[in-house]
Amino acid sequence: MSSHIVASFDEDLVQIQAKISEMGGVAEEMLSKALESVQNRDAALASEVIDRDKALDAMEMELEEAVVRVIALRQPVANDLRVLIAAMKISSTLERIGDLAKNIAKRAIPLSAARPMRLTTSIARMGRETLAQLSAVLNAHASRDVDTAVQIWNQDYEIDEMYNAIFREVVTYMVEDSRLIGVGAQLMFIAKNLERIGDHTTHISEMVYYIVKGNTLGDDRPKGEPTGVNLVAG
Amino acid sequence: MHAAVAILVGVVAATATGLALSPALAFLGAALIAYVASHFLHRTLHAEPEPREGTGDAGETGGRQIPADVGPQLIEKLPVPLLLISQRGRLGYANLAAQGMLPRLTPGQHFAHIIRAPAFVEAVSATLRDGLERSFEFTSYEGNERHFEARVSMLAECEGFGPEAHAIVQVEDRTRTHRIEQLRSDFIANASHELRTPLASIIGYIETLQNHAREDPEARERFLAIMAREAHRMQRLVDDLMSLSRIEMNEHVRPVERLPLNRIACDCASVFQPLASQEGITLRVELDPDEADVIGDRDQLSQVFTNLIDNAMKYSAPGATVTIRSAPENPAHPGRVGVSVSDTGMGIPREKLHRLTERFFRVSVPQSRHKGGTGLGLAIVKHILNRHKGRIEISSVLGEGSTFTVWLPRATQLHIVPDEPPAVAPASRAAR
Ligand SMILES: Nc1ncnc2c1ncn2[C@@H]1O[C@H](COP(=O)(O)OP(=O)(O)OP(=O)(O)O)[C@@H](O)[C@H]1O
Ligand SMILES: [Mg+2]
Repeated sequence: MSSHIVASFDEDLVQIQAKISEMGGVAEEMLSKALESVQNRDAALASEVIDRDKALDAMEMELEEAVVRVIALRQPVANDLRVLIAAMKISSTLERIGDLAKNIAKRAIPLSAARPMRLTTSIARMGRETLAQLSAVLNAHASRDVDTAVQIWNQDYEIDEMYNAIFREVVTYMVEDSRLIGVGAQLMFIAKNLERIGDHTTHISEMVYYIVKGNTLGDDRPKGEPTGVNLVAG
Repeated sequence: MHAAVAILVGVVAATATGLALSPALAFLGAALIAYVASHFLHRTLHAEPEPREGTGDAGETGGRQIPADVGPQLIEKLPVPLLLISQRGRLGYANLAAQGMLPRLTPGQHFAHIIRAPAFVEAVSATLRDGLERSFEFTSYEGNERHFEARVSMLAECEGFGPEAHAIVQVEDRTRTHRIEQLRSDFIANASHELRTPLASIIGYIETLQNHAREDPEARERFLAIMAREAHRMQRLVDDLMSLSRIEMNEHVRPVERLPLNRIACDCASVFQPLASQEGITLRVELDPDEADVIGDRDQLSQVFTNLIDNAMKYSAPGATVTIRSAPENPAHPGRVGVSVSDTGMGIPREKLHRLTERFFRVSVPQSRHKGGTGLGLAIVKHILNRHKGRIEISSVLGEGSTFTVWLPRATQLHIVPDEPPAVAPASRAAR
């Protein structure tokens, strides 16, 4: 990085980016626990996740203030400005991911009282995949690893595919047995939330790319193919 | 215990005075040994009723002193991962065990980039603030979930690192213990569920044999054949479950051997040749056996291809073709090499595709049962690939056939075996 007149500017940048990793850690944990609460029908754990969201909101506010302060005081250009803008965007993305995890936890509460449904395994798997992508993109951010960021960006279609499959499966169940409509709807919302977390994860990939390369990743991200039959797991 | 303390004090003195290396490292040696004395060895010694005699096998130095240059090495090679974190949150030092555990670690990096688990960040920040010692647990979600126990405390002011105070963190991987607990309950749940059907059928036949089939030799033969088949199925099931447990248990341990992926696939295919001709299936191998090096576990990678080829043949009718070939490079899998196993068999309905790697999932339970399947093959494949940081890609058209592609990270030119990690950056430079 270029040398700055004021030595502690670098320190500001380091602390802001460390805050992103910290927020990422909270978002990751919220998602993991939300999924656990769905799978184990654990309403207490779900409430814990719901409460945790406030901490993430506070962190976002803090980060935003820090960024605004640094921009105002130091008037950064080029590289540094990019880092700061990206930090702001990533932090609001992480805050959104936290919201979505909270929504999942909210659905876990009524589900914990309902009859167990086999479909929860499919959701759990989609959840694990989503969490793995989120973790990987946070690693990519921490180590400025563009290759991994691009790879994650390319892989989001897998989550889309899982979503489509779950959607079809839930519909089939609800058509077969109208008693499952309530539970099915909850599961559908959870899957939708996961699918959106996947989308947000690709935004973080884009930001990592932007920080390192200085321009944006194209628009031609592979989407879940509407007719092809293709799936990646593992 | 008294004796032990004496040894340690000796080491601290020797390290601090006699070391020709950088002063920072010398100090580190002394400081860490003091730390280890109070924590790590303390515990070990407490666990042992009597400290072992003859620790002082140090030859010429006689007595019980450890030579001066051993101090930093000892820290460096201590099996417990140790991290040193500066007041401003920067990683100052990590010993070999820590580097092995945290592959992304870079000296000078902010610690939240290395481990971002909230419990870790909170405990370390709090100790940097108030200087109190803390013990805590945390979980990381990178790839495979891992569980850790850790302890953080402050080191006294250390000149070798400049004016900043440092916290020292000792981390222990508890993933294995966690997994054992988890797996035990999963195993019981799965096994009992899946064993119930064959067991019920065996018991049914036994009862029939004891009653009205007793005098019917023809029925007896038939029933015994069925019972034998069911018993073998149960045996396979137990074997597969055990194999799956073993794989899951070590899923967080990275494989180390450099292997030719294509050759392994070729070797697996040749094992199936006789069976293929017997069943009227054409088995084609279209890959260069000397291409595509990966870092892996040979037996496990063989298990992957064996399972895939077995499926391809099992779910295809006579006259079908099974082809094993290199997958063309794919931008969705940068840095990975692919080998695909495709068949012209029955294919898989789209809505079932995403569940294929679930344990015990079968598209058609009676059909898979009939073929002696347990529904664990692809679950095993998935867990093996997880361990290898690889993926399985499945595409299929119902009635036309399926393709299973294995993607694994290509071994880089300079693969470093974890047993000999790269040299640590000198502590003084790292502390900046
Ligand atoms: N090549 C294939 N073509 C069509 N269906 C397949 C193919 N491979 C797997 N399947 C389907 O996926 C299911 C799961 O496969 P998996 O290998 O996990 O179990 P299995 O073959 O039933 O049993 P096992 O491998 O333990 O003997 C199978 O039951 C089958 O329905
Ligand atoms: Mg199989």
